[in-house]
Amino acid sequence: MNASVPLLLQGGRVIDPSRDLDDALDVLIQDGKISAVGRGLGAPDGAAVRNVTGKVVAPGLVDLHVHLREPGNEDEETVASGARAAAAGGFTAICAMPNTDPVTDNQAAVGFIVRQSGRAGLARVHPIGAVSIGQKGERLAEFGEMVSAGAVAVSDDGKPVVASHLMRTALEYARTFGIPVADHCEDPSLASGGVMHEGLVATRLGLKGIPSAAEEIMVARDVLLSELTGGHVHLCHMSARGSVAIIREAKDRGIRVTAEVTPHHLTLTDYACEEYDTHAKMNPPLREAADVAALRGALKDGVIDCIASDHAPHAYDEKEAAFDDAPFGIVGLETAFAVAHTELVVGGVFTLPDLIRRMSTEPARVFHLPGGTLAPGAVADVVVLDAAAKWTVDPNAFHSKSHNTPFTGRALTGRAILTIVAGTIVHEL
Amino acid sequence: MTSILGKDLTGLEHMTPEQIRLILDTAEPFKEVSERPIKKVPALRGKTIVNLFFEASTRTRISFEFAEKRLSADTVNVAASGSSVSKGETLVDTARNLEAMRIDMVVIRHPSSGAAEFLGDRIASNVINAGDGKHEHPTQALLDLLTIRDKHGKIEGLKVCLVGDVLHSRVARSNLWGLTKLGAEVAVCGPWTLMPRGIEELGVTVFGRIEEAIEWADVLNVLRLQLERMEKGFIPSLREYYRVFGVTPERLERSPRSITIMHPGPMNRGVEIDSRVADGPHSVILDQVTNGVAVRMAVLYLLAGGRAELADAAKGGGSE
Repeated sequence: MNASVPLLLQGGRVIDPSRDLDDALDVLIQDGKISAVGRGLGAPDGAAVRNVTGKVVAPGLVDLHVHLREPGNEDEETVASGARAAAAGGFTAICAMPNTDPVTDNQAAVGFIVRQSGRAGLARVHPIGAVSIGQKGERLAEFGEMVSAGAVAVSDDGKPVVASHLMRTALEYARTFGIPVADHCEDPSLASGGVMHEGLVATRLGLKGIPSAAEEIMVARDVLLSELTGGHVHLCHMSARGSVAIIREAKDRGIRVTAEVTPHHLTLTDYACEEYDTHAKMNPPLREAADVAALRGALKDGVIDCIASDHAPHAYDEKEAAFDDAPFGIVGLETAFAVAHTELVVGGVFTLPDLIRRMSTEPARVFHLPGGTLAPGAVADVVVLDAAAKWTVDPNAFHSKSHNTPFTGRALTGRAILTIVAGTIVHEL
Repeated sequence: MTSILGKDLTGLEHMTPEQIRLILDTAEPFKEVSERPIKKVPALRGKTIVNLFFEASTRTRISFEFAEKRLSADTVNVAASGSSVSKGETLVDTARNLEAMRIDMVVIRHPSSGAAEFLGDRIASNVINAGDGKHEHPTQALLDLLTIRDKHGKIEGLKVCLVGDVLHSRVARSNLWGLTKLGAEVAVCGPWTLMPRGIEELGVTVFGRIEEAIEWADVLNVLRLQLERMEKGFIPSLREYYRVFGVTPERLERSPRSITIMHPGPMNRGVEIDSRVADGPHSVILDQVTNGVAVRMAVLYLLAGGRAELADAAKGGGSE
């Protein structure tokens, strides 16, 4: 169905956190935009009508942190396959990290991602440009040209921006273009060689740990540099309770810091690494129950702004290795909503509107993206969710090219049944 | 072919005290085999065992090989250098190729923690861990337990202190599990830079000073200090390590007891242990090596499905 045909979503529970709306309403989409939200809306001539009674209509989910492997490792993921997986997971927009091969560190490379996204015509793929040329941590990449080509943020994710001077310069320069600098917070001299959280489980397994302090030190540094420069720092995939305390204090002081957390850091601990399960190997590592509790609390009260998947595809044989030798990361686009919904909403920690706020409205606000709202006139990026749907994770059914997930076989509740980008249906279950 | 020990021996953490005692008891009759002029019994005749060593090893590899040969198994040694492993073959491919050759057992040493479990989960043959990364070295701990039992007549209630680089030591981890399961009190002693996080939560006492450990212990198991630890900055110098943590006769003299001295080898004389201690009257370091063969014979025999009460008979009836 294309955007020229009006679409009426009838009788759903409309949740729009951008307007604190939660009511049984109809949503009319015309010309790629939200045309009206109200009771008893009539269908214009030629409109398609979907009866979504009993389902939830919400602004499409937005993911600030995914790794697509194009260019470089197209066997693991492409822009198109990632956008397809995103649509299946209820995401209407995702932000692609620049640690491709070669690195997305110039306007031509950024433009390539934009064109591939357009060709795919699925979820929107917003490129993130590199902070430094080749992500080498030495010289700034050309933020201005990358922004004009479509970059929505800059990051050296996969690695931290190690040199404090470079981070300072990046924050100042990014201010010029109104974009955030997203940092992977890790002190490399503390984390070096580590493969999981430093704690009792690592001690028992004989694996080298990454202490929480490796993250917390960089979080503190980034906060201080944001204060110094007035630049917007976005802290990727927070994992440690100490980081939460630092961000809380920074926000109280009005510093321009935002932060994200992954579904897995909200739901799993380092005990998932027992049996040397390489699908529980990620960076930052899964930490302790007290960290999970602190991260949940921080997300609930807005100290952490949003959920991001850190979708990191890897070929099956890369994870089929000894724990030390396997790469970090798991896929998440097709499980993110359901994992968070099952553990947090069904689990009674969050309300569904809370969750949609943290997966749609807030991430869109943090990176200044279209979407995240059902306000009339906004782009018609919409998801219809079946909050009661029960399903079991089967990686073979993923649209992603990679299957590296720790949630295989997990019984989950809730999934996207209809994903609409700019008025066009890109996924329907 | 699941034995009373299970299919594999990957570590002591998940074994029961009964299983550990069974191995020690089974080792007793096998000790005598090595004292015979003809050191061979037919227990594993026709079995094929691969010794797969991805890390350099002299003592452990030779000990396993003697154990296998004295049980009449056919053995093949594969070392990482000079094999397809050094050509980039993955561990899983190595495993599959071994399996395709229809072997019965693999003894594996590997620099990655968990490598033995990884292999055991993927092949039908019995897998014996001869040391995986910093995780476990179960047969070393078993031979340590046997040596302690020989010397003291018991393990329960003894105070055993592991001295030195606990952080990087698979020997320490396996000893910790084995000793606590058999009722010993366990302590560790060394600089905090070489202590793993959360070690206190595993039910061990931590001594920061060797003098305290010596005052407390019945047995000191002195771990090897890898020389590269200094290069990586865990300790400032070997000289200072010896001065602060070295096990010396002068320090031992202050103990009211004669402390049994153990070392898994290879020793750095004059670093973690003084030569006069290593060669002294309370050292059981060479007994450990002797017991290593018997313990490994017991493990191989039991994993192959042998029954403990038949171990005497399995020797070929030569002991009566």
